[in-house]
Amino acid sequence: MEKQWYTISVYSENHVGLLNRISGIFLKRHINIESLNVSKSEIDGVSKFTIVVNTTEDWTRKIVGQIEKQIEVIKAFYHTDDETIYQESALFKIASHLLFDERQIQNIIKEHNSQIVTVSREFFVLAKTGRRHEIDEMHNALEPYGIMQFVRSGRIAVTKAAMPISELLEEFQEN
Amino acid sequence: METLKTKKEEKKKETTMRISGAEAIIHCLLAEGVDLIYGYPGGAIMPVYDELYKFQDKLTHILTRHEQGATHAAQGYARVTGKVGVAMATSGPGATNLVTGIADAQIDSTPMVCITGQVTRSLLGSDAFQETDIVGISTPVTKWNYQITRVEEIPEIMAKAFYIAKSGRPGPVLIDITKNAQFDELDFKYEKCTGVRSYKPVPEPDASAIEKAAELINNAKKPYIVFGQGVILGKAEEELKALVEKAGIPAAWTILGLSAMDSDHPLNVGMVGMHGNYGPNILTNECDVLIAIGMRFDDRVTGNLQTYAKQAKVIHFEIDPAEINKNVKVEVAVLGNSKETLGMLLPLINENSHPEWVAEFEDKYQIEYDTLIKNDIYPTKEGLTMGEVIEQINEASGHKAVMVSDVGQHQMIACRYAKFKQTMSNVTSGGLGTMGFGLPAAIGAKMGAMDREVVAIIGDGGYQMTIQELGVIFQHNVPVKIVVLNNEHLGMVRQWQELFFESRYASTVMTNPDFVKIAEGYHIKSRRVVERSELKEAVEEMMASKDPYFLEVKVEKEDNVFPMIPTGASVADIRLK
Repeated sequence: MEKQWYTISVYSENHVGLLNRISGIFLKRHINIESLNVSKSEIDGVSKFTIVVNTTEDWTRKIVGQIEKQIEVIKAFYHTDDETIYQESALFKIASHLLFDERQIQNIIKEHNSQIVTVSREFFVLAKTGRRHEIDEMHNALEPYGIMQFVRSGRIAVTKAAMPISELLEEFQEN
Repeated sequence: METLKTKKEEKKKETTMRISGAEAIIHCLLAEGVDLIYGYPGGAIMPVYDELYKFQDKLTHILTRHEQGATHAAQGYARVTGKVGVAMATSGPGATNLVTGIADAQIDSTPMVCITGQVTRSLLGSDAFQETDIVGISTPVTKWNYQITRVEEIPEIMAKAFYIAKSGRPGPVLIDITKNAQFDELDFKYEKCTGVRSYKPVPEPDASAIEKAAELINNAKKPYIVFGQGVILGKAEEELKALVEKAGIPAAWTILGLSAMDSDHPLNVGMVGMHGNYGPNILTNECDVLIAIGMRFDDRVTGNLQTYAKQAKVIHFEIDPAEINKNVKVEVAVLGNSKETLGMLLPLINENSHPEWVAEFEDKYQIEYDTLIKNDIYPTKEGLTMGEVIEQINEASGHKAVMVSDVGQHQMIACRYAKFKQTMSNVTSGGLGTMGFGLPAAIGAKMGAMDREVVAIIGDGGYQMTIQELGVIFQHNVPVKIVVLNNEHLGMVRQWQELFFESRYASTVMTNPDFVKIAEGYHIKSRRVVERSELKEAVEEMMASKDPYFLEVKVEKEDNVFPMIPTGASVADIRLK
């Protein structure tokens, strides 16, 4: 089976140790987590893990089954890139003098639709949100001038289809 | 307002008790119906042991000689009673010594709660004396685990631990309790856990899947059932028997399914898997509908998956959704508790019989009997065989004993030849293959079923891994019958070395001590058999004993277990020699 990108969304209780339990499932099967993001979800008190992997659908399905089996996981889903709207964020820290010495930098900021977050005497910071390749393109453009620090976030994603998670929780409340 | 407040306080007094965390743990155990626990004390769990001392008339603590023994004893107890086994240990090495038993319970779905002491909360993460991250270490091998650092958490977490351990597909839960939480006081009130919102232990059965399954079974020419421990855990033995008889389907078992169906039932065709029976393996690749009930298609069962039952439509009755399509792609998945789903299936099943198909199993059995079984259980060669010892035990026990086995050749022989009339009678380490399991598990099994004979079948290798538990048998006069089948080798590994490593016996030859003298050192009645002529009488003497009894049988040193599916081979390529 073909390997491709899958976004795994895990809705869970917010408990210490659950991340360890979930990452262990990937470790056991030698599947690399390409990106991981943990945040609150649309439901009060429910956390959401967004995990990106590059593997086959069969493995993804099995992993999701094992994740969902964990006591504190409410529900887990997996989706292809086509089925999700997804973004990443990046920060670039660059020496301030370049803003004046290298006129091209200002064009890069405009062309890549990025924002200046802060400016100080020594450095300024650019923020860029977009798909992985868009961030990579901006990185490539800035690299020749020197990047003091670079960081990119994990993928965050929402699905085009509904995730029937609230209903599951309501069902529990009723019982 | 004043009076209202006082009334509230009075009400609070009525329903709660002000006690220490350590005492609260005892009350939690009692509320869960626990009357027996296995463990080993140490610094970080001492407050709980102090309470155990005070509550010893209500709660028996058995001091095993190693924490691993505590877990296996708790497992043995759980496997014969269906109740949750409880093991307790201190922090650090006490806790890490539990890990093997926890992993064993996880892979064999055994309900167990392990309680470990932990250094006091303020010392966590400081590399304190006997501090170890047991929650981190045990995460991959527990169904659930939790560290209690505040005394108020104790009742809720303990209730949750027992609920999770025994519900749905059972498994081990570890609760780590810091010392401050044991010393501190709380207003104790216990409520049993009835649900956890993120956890659905038993999936709803889907009526349409059951209808589809019934249709496949009714139209099958060569239907074949393979059942596992899910039948025992789901208490579905009667439903299984009814299905087998109504539809006339031959049924085979996995090693953990053994004893769920009477060994002498005419449609019980034997064991599947690496050292299973000839017919049940070969005919897996000839059936047209394979009905898997409460089993998980372990690699030791399937052999090479690429050639496993490819011709068959597979129906999988299973409680754990993650097992569906994990190893074998199925036509119909029937999720739910096996008792419930089989109960729903039965009315939809037509009465039927498949005499020609069943005859194929009988023919294959005859081949296996003539080439192998006869020589295993009624040997004519000089040396004693493991098979004849099991056969003698069958005769002496009337198929009524609980059999506990360790891991290796003797285990395969014991499971192949032991006969059972009653369910929950076979206790063995199936998934993990833990050598050293047998002796402590037999202690737990006996204490869980005092009215039944418990016979432990152990090899000379595994016996020496947990031999210190003879101390428990002696101290508490636990009347288990211990049979060591001594071939002076790590027999299974030696067999593989002979077959696949050109007989290079790397570290598999054992120079053993005098096992009879060791048993005598623990004041356990003991006997050694070296001649066939003594065997029957010795087994009878052992079975008649009211006290613990140790029997060593010196068996042939280089016997092999057959049939065998070599690793990576197909079930159809099972070797008879």
